[in-house]
Parts: sequence; C-alpha cells; structure tokens
Amino acid sequence: MSSTCEERTELECEYVDPGEVKQELISRYPTKVARKRAKQIVVNEVGECGEVPEIGANTRTIPGIITQRGCTYAGCKGVILGPTRDIVNITHGPIGCGFYSWLTRRNQTKPEDARDENFMTYCFSTDMQDEDIVFGGEKKLKAAIQEAYDIFKPKAISIFATCPVGLIGDDIHAVAREMKEKLGINIFGFSCEGYRGVSQSAGHHIANNGIFTHVVGGKDEGKEGKFKINLLGEYNIGGDAFEIDRVLEDCGITLVSTFSGNSTYDQFASAHMADLNTVMCHRSINYVADMMENKYGIPWIKVNFIGAEATAKSLRKIAAYFEDEELTARVEEVIARELPAVEKVRDEVRSRCEGKLAMLFVGGSRAHSYQELFREIGMKTIAAGYEFAHRDDYEGRNVLPSIKVDADSRSIEDLEIHPDPQRYRLRKPTEALEELRSKGLPLKEYEGMMAEMAEKTLVVDDISQYETEKLIEIYKPNIFCAGIKEKYVVQKQGVPMKQLHNYDYGGPYAGFKGAINFYEEIDRMVNSKVWSYLKAPWQKCPELSARYACD
Amino acid sequence: MLLRHTPSEIKERKALNVNPAKTCQPIGAMYAALGIHGCLPHSHGSQGCCAYHRSTLTRHYKEPVLAGTSSFTEGASVFGGQANLVQAIDNMFTVYNPEVIAVHTTCLSETIGDDIPQIARKAEADGKIPKGRFVIHASTPSYVGSHVTGFSSMTKSMVDYFARFSGKRTDTINIIPGYVEPSDMEEIKRLAAEMGVKNIMFPDTSNVMNSPQTGRFEMYPRGGVTVEALARTGDSSGTLALGKLASSAAARALDIKCKVPCEILDLPIGLNNTDLFIDALRKMAGVSVPESVNVDRGRLLDIITDMHQYFYGKKVGLVGDPDHLVALTEFLVSIDMWPVHIVTGTPGKAFEKRIREITREVPHEVNVGAPGDMFLFHQWVKNEPVDLLMGNTYLKYIARDEDIPLVRFGFPILDRVGHSYFPTVGYRGGMRLLEKILDALLDRKDRDDPEEGFELVM
Repeated sequence: MSSTCEERTELECEYVDPGEVKQELISRYPTKVARKRAKQIVVNEVGECGEVPEIGANTRTIPGIITQRGCTYAGCKGVILGPTRDIVNITHGPIGCGFYSWLTRRNQTKPEDARDENFMTYCFSTDMQDEDIVFGGEKKLKAAIQEAYDIFKPKAISIFATCPVGLIGDDIHAVAREMKEKLGINIFGFSCEGYRGVSQSAGHHIANNGIFTHVVGGKDEGKEGKFKINLLGEYNIGGDAFEIDRVLEDCGITLVSTFSGNSTYDQFASAHMADLNTVMCHRSINYVADMMENKYGIPWIKVNFIGAEATAKSLRKIAAYFEDEELTARVEEVIARELPAVEKVRDEVRSRCEGKLAMLFVGGSRAHSYQELFREIGMKTIAAGYEFAHRDDYEGRNVLPSIKVDADSRSIEDLEIHPDPQRYRLRKPTEALEELRSKGLPLKEYEGMMAEMAEKTLVVDDISQYETEKLIEIYKPNIFCAGIKEKYVVQKQGVPMKQLHNYDYGGPYAGFKGAINFYEEIDRMVNSKVWSYLKAPWQKCPELSARYACD
Repeated sequence: MLLRHTPSEIKERKALNVNPAKTCQPIGAMYAALGIHGCLPHSHGSQGCCAYHRSTLTRHYKEPVLAGTSSFTEGASVFGGQANLVQAIDNMFTVYNPEVIAVHTTCLSETIGDDIPQIARKAEADGKIPKGRFVIHASTPSYVGSHVTGFSSMTKSMVDYFARFSGKRTDTINIIPGYVEPSDMEEIKRLAAEMGVKNIMFPDTSNVMNSPQTGRFEMYPRGGVTVEALARTGDSSGTLALGKLASSAAARALDIKCKVPCEILDLPIGLNNTDLFIDALRKMAGVSVPESVNVDRGRLLDIITDMHQYFYGKKVGLVGDPDHLVALTEFLVSIDMWPVHIVTGTPGKAFEKRIREITREVPHEVNVGAPGDMFLFHQWVKNEPVDLLMGNTYLKYIARDEDIPLVRFGFPILDRVGHSYFPTVGYRGGMRLLEKILDALLDRKDRDDPEEGFELVM
C-alpha cells in the first residue's frame, strides 16, 4: 500500500461524505471484522440536547488488525504507578516488561531536594528464567523484595504481575502480605497481567484500585491550606503538572495530591484530606473520584487544563465550588494576568493556522482535550478517536447506566466502597451541592468527546493502521496526532505528526504557558518549509533536455 | 543525581535485576523478521508485547515498524490462542497483503504451550493463507536468553522454512550479518560487492529500517531479503556468519539442511575483525581483494596511528550485547585502550571466557558481568572510574551522574540519530567509531584543560 499527500483545506473537506468514508474504511475487511469495526466508526451527529450516536468502545481488539493499543501491565505499571517517585516498583516477570516501561513515558518528577527518594530512573525486575516458570517464581520474588529493601530501604514496594505470573499461579498478594509483615513497610501487589481486559484501561483500573485500597487514607496529615484539592488523572508528561501547580499556587489553591504526576507515596496516603477532587483524564481515574466521594465525602468535578480557555474555565469551576469571594477574585486576577501573553501568541499563530485540519487518535482523554487547543488557533478537528476509552468518554457519563458489563470488564474488580467510619466527612451538604449544580457548576459530569465535535466529523475507536492510512489519504489533514508507533507511518506520508503521549519530547502543553508552547509547536509543524522538499527538482520536471553525444 | 540510590558498596543480588542490560527475545525476532522483504511480523501474545516492541524499535530507528498481535485475552490464555492467531493471519493477509507473516511467540503463548506450526496448518486448511504466501515462526519465550537469542531464532527460522538445495551449487556466498544496524548490513554488502562476491544477506534490514522520506508511505519498503533469495541460500557455496550468538544457529542449520559449509566469525568491528572478515570472504569466494578495500583499511589504520596518543591507556566501561562486546573489546584493546568494566545482560558462559582472553594484556583488573545489569556496572564505575563509557542510551544516566563522556553504541539508541545510516562495521565503520570516540575524549579534554594548556592543534 502506498499513498501520497497534498494539503487539503477545510472547504474541500466539506465535500467528502463521511458516510462514504466509513464504508470505504470497512470495505477492505473480512465480513465479521467489518461488522465489528462498523460499530466503532461513527459519523458524528449532535442532537439538540447534546445527544450523540452510540459508539462501540472498550471492546476486544481484533487480532491482526494492527492496533495502537497496549496491555494492562502498561496501563498499571507504566501509566499510573510509573510517575510516583518513591515507591520501588518491581516487575515480576521476564525482563521485557520492566525494560520497556523504564523511563519511556516522560512523566517528569522533581524531588524537593537532592536526598529525596527518586526511584523513577531505576528498573526493577525479577527477570524470571525458565526454571522460575517451571517451579514457580514466588521464592525469587520474595528474595527480590528482600534485596530491594536491603539496598534501597524504600517506604513502600509494589509488585506488578506479568502474563506468565498469572498463568503459573504465583500468588503475588500472599508474597506481598508476608514481606510487608516481615519488613514493616507497605508492600502491595497488582494483578495486572497483560492479557486481562482489552487495553491499558484495565490496568489503570487495577492500579487505581490498588492505590485506593493500600495507600489512600494512610496518613491523616497532609498539605494545609484553605482550598485543598486533588488533581486526578494528570501524569506530568513533559512537565504539565509543574505548570498546573504554578497556576494553582498563584490562585492560592493547595494541591494535596496529584494522581499521579510528580507524586509521592505520602501524597497518595493523605489524598483523603482534600476538599475537592478535580478530574483531568476522565478515562483513567473517574472511578477513584467516585470511590473517594463514597468513602471520604469528597465531591468531584471534571476539569481540563489543556487549552488556555479551558484552564481559565477549570479555575473558575474550582473557585465556584469553594464559594469564596477572595478566591474568586484571585482566580480572576491570575486569569487576567496570564491571558494577554497567551492571546498575543494565539492570535499570531491563528493567522497562519486558521482553517487547517487536524486528526487526533490517542489515549483516553487527550483526543478530546487537545481539540480545544486546536480550536483556539482556528484549526478544525475532522476526525478523532480514543485508543482505550469507554463509551462514557465518547458519549458522556449519562450513558453509564446503559453500558453492558462484558466478560472482559468483569475480570476487573469493582470495589464496593462504604463510608470510612473515622474519615468520612461530607464536605458540603447535599442541598448545597444541589444549589451549586443549579447555579451551573457541573458536579460529577462529563459530556464526552462527541458532543463537542462538529457534525459530520468521524469518530473512530481503536483505529487500525489501515484506517489511519486511509483517513490520511482521503482527508489529507495538516496534522495528525497519535503516539510513537504511528509517528513515522504518518510522516512518511508527508504529513506532520504530533505525538500526544510523549509530546515529541517537548511540552508542557497544560495551563497558560503550555498553551503558548502548543500554539508555537503546531505553527512550527504545519507551516514548516521542510515538508516542501519531498520532490527533487528532476522529479518535479522530469522532461529531459538531452544532448547528443556527438554535439 | 539521577541515580542517587546507587551505592558504591556492592551487595550480592540473586533475584533482583536492577537496570537491565538486555531485553526480551521477541523484539529481536521482530527486528530480524523486518529483514525479510514484504514481511509482516506478528507477536503471538498479549497486545502489550507488540506495542512495546514496535515502540522501542520505532524509537531506535525513527521509522515505521508495523506488526500484528494476537491480542490475547483471559479466554485465549486459558483455552489457547489458536482462534486468535488464525483470525490474525486471515486479517493480515486480507488487509495488509504481506508475502510472509513471521510469527514469534511470547512468554504467555509459550507458557500455555501453543503449537504455532499446528495453528499455521489449521489456518492453511481453513484457506486463510493465500497461494504463494507464507507463515513462518520462531519460538521466543521471554524467560530464556535475550533479544539477541530472539534475533538468532528468527534468523534460523528463515533457513528452516525457506532454504532448499536444488541440486546445483552456485558461487554465491550467504552472509548472515548478525544483530547489527541496517547501515552495517549495507556496508557489509558494499564490501562484498566491491570484492565481486555474489551474496545473499539475511536478514537484511537495509532499505527497510532506514528508508528515505519521499512523501509516499510504503508498508513494505524496497529492502529485505526476498523469499526467493532465501530459498537459494541452500544452493550457495558457503555461509559467513557474523556474530556467534546471533548468527551461528542459522549458519549451522543451513549446513545441516543443505550442506552449505559455514564459517563463524566475530562481528567485523575494528581493524582486525574486519581483516578476518575480508580474508574469510576472499578465501570462501575465491576472489582477490581489490585496491579500494586496501585503501579503506589504510585509512582506518591511518587514524589509529595518527591519534594513538589519545587512545593509549584510556579506561573504558562497556555495556551491550555479547557479539558487539566481543568485537568492540577486541578493537579497543587493539588500539591500546583498556576496557575495564564489561557488562551484558545476555546469559552465556562462553562470553566471559572470550572477554578474559581478549583483555588478557590489559594492565588492570577487568570486571566482566555476564549476565550483569547496569546497576552493578555503575557500582563498578563508582569504585574504579573510567575515561569513557560505550553502550546504549540508558548509559546516559550514569554518564551524567559520574561526569564521564559517552559514545552511544548498540541497542537501543533512543536519543540520537546516525546509527541507522552510518555503519560501525568494516573499515569505514571503524573510522566512524574512532571519530566518535575521539570527539568524545577530545571534547572532554577541551572542556577540562586549564587555559594555559588549551590546545589548538590536537
């Protein structure tokens, strides 16, 4: 397969019939596959009350289709626990899983001083050999924990099960309990074998359940302040969390914990001391917000710090929740102080980017949140989809009751949460919350990606390599956003590709300064002359001007 | 400090690997499979394996790396992955139209004991394999060996599945290049062509993993050994296998299967190893060495003699794969550098013995870790500092903490370009390696020399 690419404009794209595109995408597949993919490829329509069509999501990937998705272990160890610096994370398995998840996600961390614990630069593995597979690996795991303790003396150790561990039946939780007893530090395990669930999403869930069960609530003192919040689902890629921290601090908002960018064990342990949970990546963590509400009485709101307008809006939401005039005034002050610089760059970049087309196929929230940044510089998202999100991330939380729990989801434990007898404290009476809601503060709400996307745009869940290539060929977007595996496939088609997992080693893109960085980066990418050199002079004008040898 | 918890005191560890100097088999199998023209590698296991391998190879090469996965779920893990693999084969041939699907296993499918040839036969019986298309496989459990073992197994599979003896010997020489870069494969082929030796190289990732930017995406780029050429390897008059660990299994299999005699050499890194390669190729093919090769050799030697003062007595710490380390250590010792800490994560007893032989004359205690990890290596460096580090990108954390110059070499290199375009094998590759070593050492000297001793000419 091959394709060439020239730019298209928004106008030209209006003539492309998305229904036909969908047919073209699935026509190549065997019948059964086409039927399944048809459910996961949807032409967007938004009804008057924001209702959108149903999309197939969080279902099994079809073998051989060439997917973007990774596994449960990657979601658990790589995404959620990876960014915590002071837990020794031991991968129990053959070497690969530990190796590949070693420092590859760009979740930055900044210990307060030179002596603070930081194990993020280390990869710990039991490096299972064939004899461990045959005779069981529990003994080796115990020894590894002991060695880790002897050398590093960490405050906590966690264990991650890889595929063969589940199959041979090593009981990592029993080992964890035994060693916790023996060593007197917190030790806990995650049954995050790669084959559980259908994507990384299952791993997020297993990780968050584990942190919630084993760590949260363990420490009753935390950061003090008048307005205490947790930030859930922020992983500090490229320093995003640092920028969000800066803005929150300027507003006088105290961040008790972040799940899990730039985080520490103690922050998790004292998370229940916050008075509001703010959720960034809805997909990876919304259930933690629910559990914290049920167990500790902390309400939650959805926020988004990707995009300058979105950041301002999120700060205002937080201020609205605390109902404090001083805070509201300070938030407005910060917004007023930050926005002029953002607007200056935005307007300039917009003049060069207006009307250009973007496609975003990434993650479980970024494909939505980054549309905001593109919108701010006048670019249009013509197609988008998530790698591992669920229906509620596409269609909004109101579809939650109608989502069928299938066998794959059932294997992920859904914790039953009761109010903590000592620590449950209703932050605001139900009536007060209702009043806030009626004043327009959306509590526990997320409308999903599709309601915010234009009509006739395409929404594709778990996009395949073939569909990626085809969409680029048909729409010829000015930029495509996905991950490392897609990076050069797209760029070889002559289209700039922005990685939204690792930011192409740039960032931060969150908050106000992040928005400026992103505008400038997209401007660089979509307007660069480097893409104009694809053809050599002799390829542009192939006619010969030969001379006879006897001349 | 980035590695602030690494103490200089060394405690014995029996169970915990810290900062590995290897990765698992399947990624090597995937890389080798990409060296077959029109091949789509397939990972028979959970999705994560495939995603991790593709990501790591992509980061190293900055090229598209496409591969399928059987996307195991709990059900497949319990009942076996046959249905998943058959469906994957059907989808891949239907949608992506490869000439070959090269399946490698994972720790998951190996533990449950999936029989890949049986599943492939089932796919064939079900009509899922189009005529003239192939499914090959290699068994690559992650709990045995390392990425190098996986590369070796997939390379051997190319022989097992395709090589045949037609009854007529040709004057072609097979070259198995080992786990090296596409640039290295290109350079080895260039040398052979320069000498007028007809050859079949397998695997051959040149023009696959270093393909040009043209604005056209080719799922199956121009490069790679063809199935037809692989079949002809059985008729060749000899096989040169470079790198014992990565290449000897395939070379021996070809000898047994098609009676093609083989010679197994170290990777042609540096002057002496390239001499051995050229000499072996000359004799095997019955050709004489052209002047152009002598010129290359002379140029490499010229750099060595001209700049010897800067190499002499410099202590080096090396982390990498056995085949690379054996050849590289020999090269460094040959120019009077002193490799003093040498670590590979790949298990194997012969390695340490070889390294001890090569470093016999180094007037210093030599630490060899096989298998070892980068944590142990770092501790050795703390106890006995070196002038230069050579190894993959993960060494940059040690290099920064200990303030030691680093030359990137081996796999993976995630933070620099060049390795896929410029070789480190052959005489020209040797020149490039020396240039890199000198740049690192002399930049450091320029940084550290006192003002009065700052040299204009070096």
